[in-house]
Amino acid sequence: MSEPRHRLMDFVREEIMPHRFCSGCGCGTVLNAFTNAVEGIGLDSAKMVCVSGIGCSSWIPSPYFKSDTLHTTHGRPIAFATGVKVMRPDLTVVVIAGDGDVAGIGGNHLIHAARRNIDLSVFMVNNMIYGMTGGQVAPTTPAGVKTTTTPHRNVEPAFKVADLVVAAGASYVARWTTYHVFPLLESMQNAMSRKGFSFIEIMSQCPENYGRRIGLRTGIDFLRQFKEKAIRVDKARGMTEEELEDRIVIGKLCDVERPEYVTELQKVTAEQVDLLRAEKEKVD
Amino acid sequence: MALDENKRQYISQRGGKTYFMLGDEACAYGAIYAGCDFFAGYPITPASEVAELIAEELPKAGGICIQMEDELASMAAIIGAAWTGARSMTATSGPGFSLMQENIGYGIMTETPCVIVNVQRSGPSTGQATKPAQGDVLQARWGTHGDHNIIALAPNSAQECFDLVQECFELADTYRTPVILLMDGEVGHIRESVVMPELSAVKHTSRKIAERTEDVFGGQELIPGMIHYGEGMNVHVTGSTHLASGMRDVTTPHVHDELIKRIYSKIDSNRENIVRVETDLNPDGKARVGVISYGASARPARGAVKLARAKGKNVDFLRLITIWPFAKKQVAEFSKELDIILVPEMNLGQMSREIERFVDSDVVTVPRIGGVPHSVDEIYRVIMGVV
Repeated sequence: MSEPRHRLMDFVREEIMPHRFCSGCGCGTVLNAFTNAVEGIGLDSAKMVCVSGIGCSSWIPSPYFKSDTLHTTHGRPIAFATGVKVMRPDLTVVVIAGDGDVAGIGGNHLIHAARRNIDLSVFMVNNMIYGMTGGQVAPTTPAGVKTTTTPHRNVEPAFKVADLVVAAGASYVARWTTYHVFPLLESMQNAMSRKGFSFIEIMSQCPENYGRRIGLRTGIDFLRQFKEKAIRVDKARGMTEEELEDRIVIGKLCDVERPEYVTELQKVTAEQVDLLRAEKEKVD
Repeated sequence: MALDENKRQYISQRGGKTYFMLGDEACAYGAIYAGCDFFAGYPITPASEVAELIAEELPKAGGICIQMEDELASMAAIIGAAWTGARSMTATSGPGFSLMQENIGYGIMTETPCVIVNVQRSGPSTGQATKPAQGDVLQARWGTHGDHNIIALAPNSAQECFDLVQECFELADTYRTPVILLMDGEVGHIRESVVMPELSAVKHTSRKIAERTEDVFGGQELIPGMIHYGEGMNVHVTGSTHLASGMRDVTTPHVHDELIKRIYSKIDSNRENIVRVETDLNPDGKARVGVISYGASARPARGAVKLARAKGKNVDFLRLITIWPFAKKQVAEFSKELDIILVPEMNLGQMSREIERFVDSDVVTVPRIGGVPHSVDEIYRVIMGVV
């Protein structure tokens, strides 16, 4: 009798399992939700390209998810993905990377991709720290937290990345946590099925290099906190900024139809090709 | 790559004529002739005219031109596009070229064919932003970190901008690597006649395609074939040290050793297939003085050599068309009977230093910075001073 095989094994590079995420890390949960989302909407992974940057969460697609993969330089996955999508709009292009990549060093690419409304799904795994390099302060680290590069305390406010992406003009924006796996999964499905720039900020945990600095030693400690701090976006709307401090607003933050970048580019090219052809026929 | 119908239509309508145009514009037209499908760039003097013309013309040939938010993104986007099978290009100048360096290294490490045009201007930093220079000769060679090799060509006329950008695309696909067209502001902004040939004269090399994902980054080949995205082959492209399959292995010493030496060697061992120089040897007997130059500097340099010969002096001349890999064999051969080699260049001696390594003759830089190219007279006086 052959060994029972998990139905999602077709979506991972089995030969390099087990994965290398630390015990309690949120990346495994995100990989789980992502593979379920892909399977759930019947996406053909042969028609997907996963793009990532540098950091722990960039390992979710590369090497673990089995599709065409582009593991890029730090901060630039959205810019690399833009080149892929413009030339192959028929492929589903997904960026999975961390807050350091997407909101820190690569923040400008995020803003402009959202503004263009290019048909990419960007899943930003926000663990509030530079985890892979050993726990340095991130633009998403809450104020007051001691990290290896803010040993006295962090004096900067944390970046509300999803709110920025709404303002920049994305089609679809949501925020979830690794506690809210089922709505996260559904949100990923929405993101990948619709046209336009989709962004999900996934609050995630790093017990190893963040949790130990704030007294959350295990993944479970984080999930408990995510559950307590989370507040639905519709409830949050009636609350003051003070009341929302230290809370995590979850849910769909925006869902609008806007002209998609590559579609518009292709229209320009088609028009110009036709004009040149007409010019030739006139000469002939 | 075979030209698609839209590009064939474009070339058949534009080709077979002589035009009067900027070097930058010739570079843009040359890219379309080369089958460029995708251009991403960011405005910068004196390279903006490349982007402007390609933005106007590339869509007519069925391609797409986009302006990115910066040069890092432009370089990233052309690499992403290359993995879909596109021929892709960007164009910039010194400051933008500096910003591209990390992703050029990524292109080298992932063996991604693409073309980077650098219309050099005076630096460092903002320098004389609108003035020409040749200060990026060594940045083109060593700008990105780590051990690597690079191909860079230097045109000295608008026609050569048109011709050499096409050669850059061919070299990029042949050697599966980023290739740099090292123009300068003088050549970029020169306005000259350019012959754009008929469609039947345009020839392209096809990119080699691998059969198995396991061989995309090595296998038995010095220059492995690619597999493009969307073929269901699960290609894994990473800038980390990797096995032939593309899978990361950053801890095994021999994996890194073999990968980097292979990537280095594919250009080094093909040096004689890549390198092109142009020589103009003294017709009236043995010269003891030689002049080596490249790009825009080669024009007054050659003028000065002709003037010196007209005065009865014996002078040899060599122009580097390929800047990198360095033409060490050709230059060593050229130098054999020479006591002294003068090197006019629009920097403080970047190529002179490289030439010095391969010749026994004395090498003397004829530097020029400040944003104004050498005059013929200035180089002529240096020649007359040493003959």
